[in-house]
Parts: sequence; C-alpha cells; structure tokens
Amino acid sequence: MNSTAPLDVGEHQHCTFPEGLDLECGVHLAALDVAYCSYGTLSPTKDNAIVVCHAFTGDQYVAEEHPLTGKPGWWSRMVGPGRPIDTNRFFVICMNVLGGCMGSTGPRSLRTDGVGDGTERWGTDFPPVTVRDMVRAQYKLVRHFGIERLFAVVGGSMGGMQVLEWAVTYPNMMLAAMPIATAPYHSAQNIAFNEVGRQSIFADPDWHGGRYWQHDVVPARGLAVARMMAHITYLSEEALTRKFGRRVRKDPSNAQAPEASLSMFSDVFEVESYLRYQGSAFVRRFDANSYLTITRAMDWFDLAAEHDGELPNAFKGTPVRFCVVSFSSDWLFPTSSSRYLVRALNQAAANVSFVEIETDKGHDAFLLDEPDFDRTVRGFLCGVADHAGLA
Amino acid sequence: MRLDQRLIADMIEPGTRVLDIGSGDGALLDHLFRLRGCDARGIEIDMREVTRSVAHGLPVVHGDADHDLSHYPDGAFDYVVLQRTLQAVERPREVLRQMLRIGRHAIVSFPNFGHWRLRLMMLFSGRMPMTSVWHTPWYETPNIHPCTIRDFLALCQEEGYCVQQWMAVDEDGERAPWRRSIRLANLFGEQALFLLGRKEDCQPARK
Repeated sequence: MNSTAPLDVGEHQHCTFPEGLDLECGVHLAALDVAYCSYGTLSPTKDNAIVVCHAFTGDQYVAEEHPLTGKPGWWSRMVGPGRPIDTNRFFVICMNVLGGCMGSTGPRSLRTDGVGDGTERWGTDFPPVTVRDMVRAQYKLVRHFGIERLFAVVGGSMGGMQVLEWAVTYPNMMLAAMPIATAPYHSAQNIAFNEVGRQSIFADPDWHGGRYWQHDVVPARGLAVARMMAHITYLSEEALTRKFGRRVRKDPSNAQAPEASLSMFSDVFEVESYLRYQGSAFVRRFDANSYLTITRAMDWFDLAAEHDGELPNAFKGTPVRFCVVSFSSDWLFPTSSSRYLVRALNQAAANVSFVEIETDKGHDAFLLDEPDFDRTVRGFLCGVADHAGLA
Repeated sequence: MRLDQRLIADMIEPGTRVLDIGSGDGALLDHLFRLRGCDARGIEIDMREVTRSVAHGLPVVHGDADHDLSHYPDGAFDYVVLQRTLQAVERPREVLRQMLRIGRHAIVSFPNFGHWRLRLMMLFSGRMPMTSVWHTPWYETPNIHPCTIRDFLALCQEEGYCVQQWMAVDEDGERAPWRRSIRLANLFGEQALFLLGRKEDCQPARK
C-alpha cells in the first residue's frame, strides 16, 4: 500500500441533513452529513438509546471491525451483547464527530460556501468547529431516530467533553451522563501538546499549505510525529516501563556486532519501534486537516466560560444523573480535573457518582481491560434504569 | 444493614433528600432508596467501597467529611448522616457546622468514650483503653477526636443546635434503656445517636 496516497475511506453509513448547521463561529454549513454506527434495537417507546461519543482520533466503529484497519472496534470490550453497555438491552449509537474524516462533514468534504466549482474540498478553509457544534450535529441524528430522550450519553477523553456538552446543552434530553477520563476545560498543558502536533504537521514539506491532496500526497511524516508525541501522553511511565523497559531491537544487519556496540540509529529501543508503528498506522486512517480542526475544538473547550466563568452554573438544576470516572495514572486528564468537575456538580446539587479507578495504564486505561471500570459502567447504567423505573 | 443503621433510617422521613457521609458499602443508601423512596447519596473515603457502591447503582462520590462538604450548597439535603465517623474527622465542629448548613437535619452517631469500661481501664491500668469498639492502639488509631455523650451535648449547646432526638445504643446497635438520664447513658452507652436540627428549629415560631 502506498502510504502517502490520499485516503480513500469509501462510503460510510450516514444521514444527510440538507438544512445544514449553524456553527458557533457564525458560519452556516449548507449541508451536514453525520456518519454513524448503531447496535442493538431501539425499543418501541424509544427509551433505551445510549449515545457513545468517541475520543479525538476515534470514530464511529465502536464495536465492529474497522473498515480501514481491519481491527476490532475501539470499545468492543465495552459495547456488545452481554457487555457492560449491553446491546441486548440498549440501542447504541456512535457518530463520527463533525470535523472528522470517517464520513461526517469535515475538512475533506466538498465545500458548500460557493467557492470553486463545487468539486473543491474544504481543507484548511473548513470553518472552526467547537465541541458544542459536534454535539448539536449529533442531536440532529438522535432526533432523526425519533428519540425524545436518551437513556445515557457516555464517552471518554474528548468523548467525555461531548458528554458534558450534551448534559449542559440538552439536560432534559437524557437520563444519565458518563464523562470518563475528561475535564470541563482543556488545560494549558493539553493545549501545548496539541500545538506541538499541529506544528509538526505544518513543518512537513508535503503539507502544501493544507492542500496536499492537490499534490497527491499527505503530510504523513508530520502527522505521524504528531501521533507519536500524543501517544506518549496517553500512556504512563509505569506502563511504558512495564511494556518496553530499556529493551533494544537489534538491527539485523548489525547482528554480528558485539552486544555492547550499538549503532547510532539502526538499533532502536522497543519503545521507539512501537511509537513509529503507531505513527505510521495512524496516517493511513486519519486526515491531517481533521487533526487540526478537532484539536482546535478541544483547545477551545471550556464549559465554565460559556457560563460566566462559573462551572456550577452550567449544571444548575440539572436532572441528569452523572457518573464521573478518572484513572489514577492518567496525567493528561488527571483525577484532579475530574474532582474539580465533581465539586462543581455538587455545588449545583446534581446527582453524581465519582470513581477513580486504580491503574498504571494512563489515559488509555478507559479503552483497556479494567474490571473495576467495567463493573462501574454496568452498575451505574443498571442503577439509572432502576431509578427511572425501566425494567 | 446494622441495627444502628436501622435506627438511623427510622429517623428519616420517607421521600426526603439524604446525604450519607461515610456511606461504606452503601447499605443505608440502598435501604433509603428502595424502602423509603429517598433521594439518597453518599460520600465515601475508601475507593474500593465507592467502586462497589457505584457498581451497585448507588450514587456515591469519593471524598471525605473534612474536605468535600463545603462544596455543597446551603440546604441541599433534608438529612445529612455521619455514621461512626465524627471521632475520626480532622475538625469535628466544622464538620457539624457544614452538615447543618447543607442539611436541615444532621444525624450523628459516634462511639461513646465515657463508657464505664473505658473509664475503668484508664483508672486501673493507666493506659489508653482497648475494647471491641476502641480496638486500635493510640499510635495508629484513626480516632483522633474521641468524645463522650456529655461532651457532645455540651458542643451542641455551645453551637446552639437543637437536639431533636438522642439515644444510647450498645455495640450491636440495640437501643439501650437509659434515655431519661444523660449521666447513665454516658456511663453505659457504647454508641450514641443524635438527631440535630438548626438553632431556629428549637425556637417556637413567632407570629
């Protein structure tokens, strides 16, 4: 496979809203595509729907094989028949975010602002979107299904930001919210990491001012470096040490050399090789302009700012039941940011549960095997159903 | 559910909002929700207990009495419950103030340090007493603020709290029959249980 060729993702299941969407930046998107996957069956009373919000580089393929990578769905251990989010019981919808590159309207879509001959893509001219814009796009699809009230909205990391935005924007449209490994605003440190990723993309000679597809290339090196850097932030020092330690992968051409004589760059530490693999796999499924659009949306996210700087005001009188989950070794969205959120919810007298899961797996723990986390998700959802009188 | 928890549950009106500080395994929360129709929430310091409670569908947050009560708004609850924990908090007086700020009523239970067995042990051995209730040595006990029933009543008076109900119970939570005499209760009661109201609740309403 030619890894520098522009991505062709083919057709994803989607719904088109011809009326478009008014974005917070003031731009009107003339037509809106929302790509999604769904699992389970919507009950006749339409009271069993759960929206799962994906993280930054995730997509709607939650619980099925990914069409590009062939890998299992990113949360197939959580969503499925008999799983904690049980599709025998719940109807689960996951949508590709606005600005993404897996079928929802984004920088790779054809531009609708009258510029060009109608065959031109947005690229870097795609209007800036916010997490709220993403959620308002999702709302349209939920209403399209005829759902008046969601059972729950669940998501981790940037998905958790969407969960919070859902709860604040549509509090009467959901029974429960599960923001996982997230924060009510993007911290300076997180903005800094995002900026390094963006600069890495800009620095790639194949970037071509964001119109790389016109040159039949993608800024693969820049995007891969951005991914490698970001991937470090998803792990923890303990996890890296446990997985790779200081182990070295010897260059086969250098195999005859004595153990001590390491070459400058041909022998690589296991951790380097792992990151390179992560970087190269990523560029095959992700678009650089989407990377920019979505990181910017995360950077702008600040729930309190939308409510006079007072986070509790965002949740005043909320009927939503919250379950906030953090992971002890997550330093990207640390427990302290979840605790800050929980205190704001307490100040708003909201019904909130808060669990910190003990793990050394870092931010990515919410995607990995954590039995306590599974039990928490399952138990919280059952409790909400119990409370709402749903059998 | 322990017997003293049953006594606590009996003090709580059905259908009310309750915050249980130190909710442990969530037995009281579960009882209040299922049998009394209460909106009952918990705070628990032990993360394993929190996870267990949430996994049972109970609304519990990780936190503690000293640091987390100040984040709740005034009058958010009808009852705020503190079970067998008052002696272990950093600032008992401040915790009580917070409880009666965020709740209309406070329900407090604590082990009575005035029990005759403790008094005798101190008197005869000259060492910190060790009993089934006070079972950790002084250098590692979490119980840094033990008090007697009379101490607690004195604090309530000083703070102007309205003692609406009180009882001494034995270790199993069985109600003890010394309700008429505070001095006897203070001598024979192993645990104490109080229902407090705010200052204004004791004053007759003026027309």
